[in-house]
Amino acid sequence: MTQVPIPVVARLTPEELGALQKPRHEAKWWVGSVASVVGMAFIVIYCLLPFYWMLVSSFRLPTMGLSNDYWPSPASIENYTGVFGTQNNFLRAILNSVVVSVTTTLLTLVFGIIGAYALARLRFAAKGVILGIIIGASMFPGVTLLVPLFKLFTGSYSWLPINWLNQYQAAIIPSLSFGLPLAVWLLTAFFRQLPVELEQAAMVDGCTPGEAFRLIILPLAAPGVFTTAILTFIAVWNEFMISLTFLQSKDMKTATVSLSQFTGTLGYNVPYGSIMAAGVITTIPLLILVLFFQRRIVAGLTAGGVK
Amino acid sequence: MAVTTAERPAPITTKRKKNAFSDGQGTLAAMLLSPTLLVLFLVAGIPIVMSVTESFFRVNGGVDPNTGLVNSGTSFVGLANFTDIFAHPATVAGVYGSMDRLINAFLNTTLFTVLCVVLETILGVSMALIMTKAFRGRGLVRASILVPWAIPTIVSAMMWKLIFNTSGVANKVLGFSANPILWLADNKYSQMAIIAADVWKTAPFIGLLTLAGLQTIPSEVYEAAKVDGANAWQTFVRITLPMVKPALVVAVLFRTLDTLRMFDLPYGMIGPNKYSVETLSMFAYQEMMQTRYGTAAAYSIVLFFYIVLVAFLFVRLLGADVVGDEELKAINAQRKRLHALHNKQQKASAKRRTTITSGSAAS
Amino acid sequence: MARKNKLARLTLSVLSATAILATAACGSSGTAGSTASASSDEWSKTGPINYVQGKDTSGYVQGILDKWNALHADQKVTLVELSDSADEQRAAMIKNAESKGASNYDVLSVDVVWTAEFAANGYLAQLPTTLDTSGYLKAAVDAATYFNKLYAFPATSDGALLYYRKDLLDAAGLKVPTTWADMKTACAKIKTTNPTIDCYGGQFQKYEGLTCNFAEMVNSAGGAFLAADGTPTVNTDKAVAGVQWAVDAFKDGTIPKAALTWKEEESRTAFQNGNLVFLRNWPYVYTLAQKTDGSSKVVDKFGVAPIPGLNGPGVSTLGGHNMGVSKYSQNKGTALAFLKWYNSAENQKANLLANSSAPTWTALYTDADLTSKFAYLPVLKASIDGAQSRPKAVKYGDVTLAIQDAAYNALNGTTAPKAAMDDLQTKLTALVK
Repeated sequence: MTQVPIPVVARLTPEELGALQKPRHEAKWWVGSVASVVGMAFIVIYCLLPFYWMLVSSFRLPTMGLSNDYWPSPASIENYTGVFGTQNNFLRAILNSVVVSVTTTLLTLVFGIIGAYALARLRFAAKGVILGIIIGASMFPGVTLLVPLFKLFTGSYSWLPINWLNQYQAAIIPSLSFGLPLAVWLLTAFFRQLPVELEQAAMVDGCTPGEAFRLIILPLAAPGVFTTAILTFIAVWNEFMISLTFLQSKDMKTATVSLSQFTGTLGYNVPYGSIMAAGVITTIPLLILVLFFQRRIVAGLTAGGVK
Repeated sequence: MAVTTAERPAPITTKRKKNAFSDGQGTLAAMLLSPTLLVLFLVAGIPIVMSVTESFFRVNGGVDPNTGLVNSGTSFVGLANFTDIFAHPATVAGVYGSMDRLINAFLNTTLFTVLCVVLETILGVSMALIMTKAFRGRGLVRASILVPWAIPTIVSAMMWKLIFNTSGVANKVLGFSANPILWLADNKYSQMAIIAADVWKTAPFIGLLTLAGLQTIPSEVYEAAKVDGANAWQTFVRITLPMVKPALVVAVLFRTLDTLRMFDLPYGMIGPNKYSVETLSMFAYQEMMQTRYGTAAAYSIVLFFYIVLVAFLFVRLLGADVVGDEELKAINAQRKRLHALHNKQQKASAKRRTTITSGSAAS
Repeated sequence: MARKNKLARLTLSVLSATAILATAACGSSGTAGSTASASSDEWSKTGPINYVQGKDTSGYVQGILDKWNALHADQKVTLVELSDSADEQRAAMIKNAESKGASNYDVLSVDVVWTAEFAANGYLAQLPTTLDTSGYLKAAVDAATYFNKLYAFPATSDGALLYYRKDLLDAAGLKVPTTWADMKTACAKIKTTNPTIDCYGGQFQKYEGLTCNFAEMVNSAGGAFLAADGTPTVNTDKAVAGVQWAVDAFKDGTIPKAALTWKEEESRTAFQNGNLVFLRNWPYVYTLAQKTDGSSKVVDKFGVAPIPGLNGPGVSTLGGHNMGVSKYSQNKGTALAFLKWYNSAENQKANLLANSSAPTWTALYTDADLTSKFAYLPVLKASIDGAQSRPKAVKYGDVTLAIQDAAYNALNGTTAPKAAMDDLQTKLTALVK
C-alpha cells in the first residue's frame, strides 16, 4: 500500500496562535540589548580613544606636535623615522628592554613555580608567615629601596665590592623583587585549585612527586603560568625608576627611560610627535602579546582571581 | 594456630609529625623556597633595614665659613626626622591651604587613592556587568579592554599630558578653547587630570577581575531570583555583589596599595615640586634628589606604614582573603575552638574554688 | 612549639645580623670625608676620559670629539649623554660623586646654578690657579667661581632676549619699548587693529624657568635677591614693585592666563603662531622662528631687543653651562687639556655656527661673519653683560623651590605680592646662611 501523504492541518488553540503571533522578543528585551550594545560601544570608545589620539599625534608632521586636528593633515611618518635616528639609539633601547624583561620573566617563573609548589602542596610550619612575608615584600614603595640598592650595587659597602652600574643584572635583580611576590601569589592560587588527587594518581602509577608535578600539574596550570608570565613581563617592561637609576649609559637604557628623555633638535624642544611615536612603538610588543594571548589571559584571571 | 605476639605494624617510614602544620617536609620546602626568599632578602630585606637605619640619621649639612665646603658625614638624630613635621613644619600652600609639606602629601595621597579606587571600581564593575550581558562583539570588547592596561605608565603619562595641554584636545572637546582650563598648572584641575588618567588606565583591570568573578555565578541563581520576583537592582545588590565580593575585594585591595604608591603618573604628567599633586612617594623622591637621605627614608617609611595600615584594615574589616590556604584556615579555626574551650574550662574550674575532683579529670 | 621558637630565634638573629651590617656600613660610608688629595701631580695623569653632558641634540659634539681623538689617540674622549632634563643630569652627576666615581665621569657639563652646590660638596675638583680665563666673558667666569676659586671652565652662556613683532610695531608707528609701561601702551595701540592678540609672554610654569623670569621681574625693577654680601634682600619695595607689575599684568590680561602653564616651548609656539606681540625667551628661538618650512608664521616679521624693565632696560638672568672636572676622575691631566681645547676660540666659533649657542669667548661677539649670520649676537652680548645670575647657594634646589613657590602663589593670585616676598625673605634667610 502506498503511503498517501496525509495533509496535516495545524490545529492550534487560540492561545498558541496568539503566542505565535506575538513578536519574538518583548520590548524589555530590545531595550536590554540596545543598552548592552551602547554599553559595549562605550567601553570600546573609553579604552581606545586616548590611544587613538596617541596614534594620530604620532603620524603628524614633527613641527605640528600640538595640533588638535582629529586626523593628521598631512600625515607623515617622519616621527617614526626620527625615533630610530642615530641620536636616540632607540632600537638598542628596545633590545635592552627585551633582555631585561625576558630574563626577569623567566627567572620569576622558575623561582615562582618551585616556590608556589612548596606553598601549595607541602606542609611545613610558618607557611602562612612566609607567604605573608613574600606578599609584604611587594608592599614597599620603590623610593625606599632606591638609595640603599644604589649603594649596594655600586660597591659603597666593603663587604660587597661590586660595581654593577650599567650592567643588566643591576636592573634584573631589583625587578625580580616586585615580580616574584605577585607571581608566587598567583601561582599558589592556581596550584591550590588543582586537586591533589591528580598527583596522587600519578604517583600511584609510579611517578615521583617531581615528575607528577612536571608532567601532570604544570600543563594543567598552563593558563595560570601564562597569565603570570605576561603580568610579570608587562610589569618589568613598564618599569621606570630602577632602570633610570642603574642603566644610565647610552647603550644600556631601556625603552621607557629612553622615551622619557627624548629631545628635539635643541634642548628646550618637547617633540610631542616623536614621544608619541616612541610611545606607540614601546606599546606595540605588549599589545601584540596581550591580544595574541587574550583568551589565555582572561581564562587565567578567571581561574586564579576567584578562590 | 600458634598465636605469637601481636605483629607490630610495619615501621612508618615518614618522619614523625611534629605538629598539625608540619609534615616533615620542611627541608624540601626550604630548598624550593630559598631562591625566592634569597632574592627578596637581598633586594628588599637589606635595603629596608638600611632605610630604617638611615631614617634615624641626618646629613650634617652646614657650610664651613672658611673653606666654603659642606661638612660631610651624617649624625644620629633619633626620631627627629619624623617629629620635625610637627616641630618645624615646612609650610607649603597646596590645594587645602597652608600646612606642612608631608601632611599635604599625605592628604594628596589619600584623596587620590579614595577617589581613584572608588571611581575605577564603579566603572570596572559596570564594564563587567555590560560584558556579561553581551553576546556579539565580545572579542572586540575583550581586546580593547586590555589596551589601557598594556600601555606603559610613562607612555600613558606622556599621552595624557598631550591631551590635557592647555591648547590640547581636552579643552577643545570640552569647549574650553576660548577660556582654557589650566589642567597642567598646579591647582585642583591638575588633581582631576591625574585622577582621570589613573582611572582610565586601571578601571578595565578591575572590570576584568570582576568579570572573572561574575562568570562563576551560576545562571540558576539568577533564574531563581527572577522566579522569586526580584527586579534588576535587587538582583544586583543581593545576589551579584555578595557572590563577586571575594574577587572584587582582593582586586580593590591591590589597586589601593598601588595607588597609595603612585609616582610615575604625577611625575610624568605634572612634574615634581607641584604641591597640589605631590604624593608621599614623590615627596620622598624629591628629598632623595636633594641628598637628604635621612628624611627621604623617614618619609618613605611613613608611606610604608600607611600601606600596611590600609592592608590590615582591608583584611580585618572587609575580609580580604589574600593568603587563602584552606588547610591553614581550618587548622587555625580548630586551634581557636580548642583554645576557647580550654579557656572556658579554666574559668569554670577557677569558679569552683577547689581542684579536688571526684575521680574524673576536670579538664 | 619548639619549632616555632627555633624559627623565631633564627629570624631574630638574621635580622639583627643584617642590622649590625647595615649600621656598620652606614657608619663607614658616612666618614668618607671630602678632603682633597692636594697633590699637584693629580693634574698630570693622562689617559682616556668620559665627557658628560645632556643630550647632544644636534649631533655636533661627537664630531668635535672625533677631532680630538684623532689628535690624541692615547687619550680618547667618550661622550656620555644624559637626559635633556636638567634635574636628571644633576641627579646623575651627584650619583657619580656619591658613589666615588662609580660611573667614571671625568669632564662634566655643569649648569651655572649648580657650581656652588657641586663645589661645596666636593664633587668638582678646583681647577689649577694658573688657568687663564681672561678672554672669556666675565659673567661666565664669575658663574664658575665659588669662594673665589675657579671650579669650572666657561663653555656656553645664555641671556634673555625680547622678541617683538616688528611688522605690528611698524604698522602702528611705534618704537621698541624699553620700559614695561611703554610695552603696555604699545600693546594697547596694536590691539585696536588686532583685538585677539596677546601682549606679552614668558615662562611661568612652576619650574626653573619661572625662577629665571621671576628674577628678571625683580632685578629689572631695581631689586635683587641677594645683596652684595650675600644676605637676602628680596622684600624691598623695588622687588615688590617688580612682582606687583607681573601680578597686575596677569590680572588685566597683558599676560595671558595660559602662560601659567608655559615653558620655553609653549611660549615659542604661541609667538610663532602669531598670538603674541612680545615674547621673552632664550636665543634658540631665533633660528626656529625663522624656519621657512611652514611651522612659523612670523618669518622675517620679528626682531630682538633687550628686555624692558620698570624704569629702563631690564636685567636678564644669566644662563649657560661650564665644564668642570670630577673630583674622582682618574685622568685629570687629559680632562684639563680637553676642556681648554674644547672651549678655545675656534671650537667655540664652530659650535656657534652649528648650534646657535651663546659662546663665552668675548671676541666672538664682535666677529664680522658671525654677526652677519646671527643678527641677535650684539643684543645677546648686551643682555649677558648686564645679566644677573640666580642666587649662588649650596642648597640651590631648596632656594629655587622657595622662589618658585613665592612666584607661583603671587602670580596666580593666591598670595599678595608683599606677603609672598616676606615669606620668601624668611625662607631664604634660613637657607642662605
